[in-house]
Amino acid sequence: MDFAYLAAGIGAGLTIIGGALGIGKLAASAMEASGRQPEASGDIRTSMIIAAALIEGISLFALVICILLALK
Amino acid sequence: MYSEELKVVSDSLKSVSTEQSEGGAGWIMHHILDSNTIDFEPFFTIHLPQIHLFGMDLSITKHIVFMWIAFALLILIFNTVAKSYKKSFLPKGLSNFMEVLVVFVKDEIAKPTIGKGYEKFLPYLLTMFFFILFCNFLGLLPYGATATSNISVTATLAVISFIVIQVGGMMQNGPFGYFKGLIPGGVPGWLIPIMFIVEILGLFTKPFALAIRLFANMTAGHIVIMALLGLIFILQTVFVAPVSVAFALFIYLLEILVSLIQAYIFTMLSALFIGMAVHQDH
Repeated sequence: MDFAYLAAGIGAGLTIIGGALGIGKLAASAMEASGRQPEASGDIRTSMIIAAALIEGISLFALVICILLALK
Repeated sequence: MYSEELKVVSDSLKSVSTEQSEGGAGWIMHHILDSNTIDFEPFFTIHLPQIHLFGMDLSITKHIVFMWIAFALLILIFNTVAKSYKKSFLPKGLSNFMEVLVVFVKDEIAKPTIGKGYEKFLPYLLTMFFFILFCNFLGLLPYGATATSNISVTATLAVISFIVIQVGGMMQNGPFGYFKGLIPGGVPGWLIPIMFIVEILGLFTKPFALAIRLFANMTAGHIVIMALLGLIFILQTVFVAPVSVAFALFIYLLEILVSLIQAYIFTMLSALFIGMAVHQDH
């Protein structure tokens, strides 16, 4: 029985839960900080984008493994 | 040092492209992967030369041609920009635009992360930033292919970064002092062997993460666009076309943003690692 596709699908889903939770929390605190101090919003926006790209990088490691599974 | 992992990734990706099914995974993979032909789909196909030397496959492939195009564009644009500075110090037009980007890399990426002595690494960081940016953008044009969506290309860029980091750190601190400085101060004696192993492993995992991050971001974006457009062929109805094209357009715009961000992140993390290697006492 070939479970590779199923494993790849479930893996991708779980990865997305983790990544989306992380970036969601990040965006929430960035918005809050921007609201408290609007002058710093430029710096906050830059740091937010950097942190989001790093978190997305991690979730894409898992995605690469899922792609490898689905293609074998 | 990455040869086994590269072989696993590229072999599994190649095994799909050899069975080209109509619609489905075959068509998507055909557009994402490297190939020996450049297809201008309904018009003509250019077959690139296959060169086998000393038992290694050194043929010219689609990604290599696009890397050469990026490289030619870089030389052309930056020679023009540099020459225009001889006439006057006030840039106009293209020089103005490039100056914005160059000053951005210098002031936001190199100076804060490397601190003193950042000028030595600035040419490397600028080259890296513009090369990745141009490669990413060339993949978004019609009939274009993204060279950075190939794990070999991103692994090479990461290995070059690794070499620059180690050589930069060793030239500043001396080879033995560099390894000694990897372990932060104030660590109890019994912890030092473990810390040493962890730090050495960290030296290797950081560029590896750089390579995978760039590769996966570029490949995933293109796969999503192809999958959305392939929905039209899988569902075999023309009425899903407006929805499909609208979503694909949105993801396409997101791809432009992601290309910019990934070039910036690669350069910034390289600069950060160089800064950590050169000034080890933070």
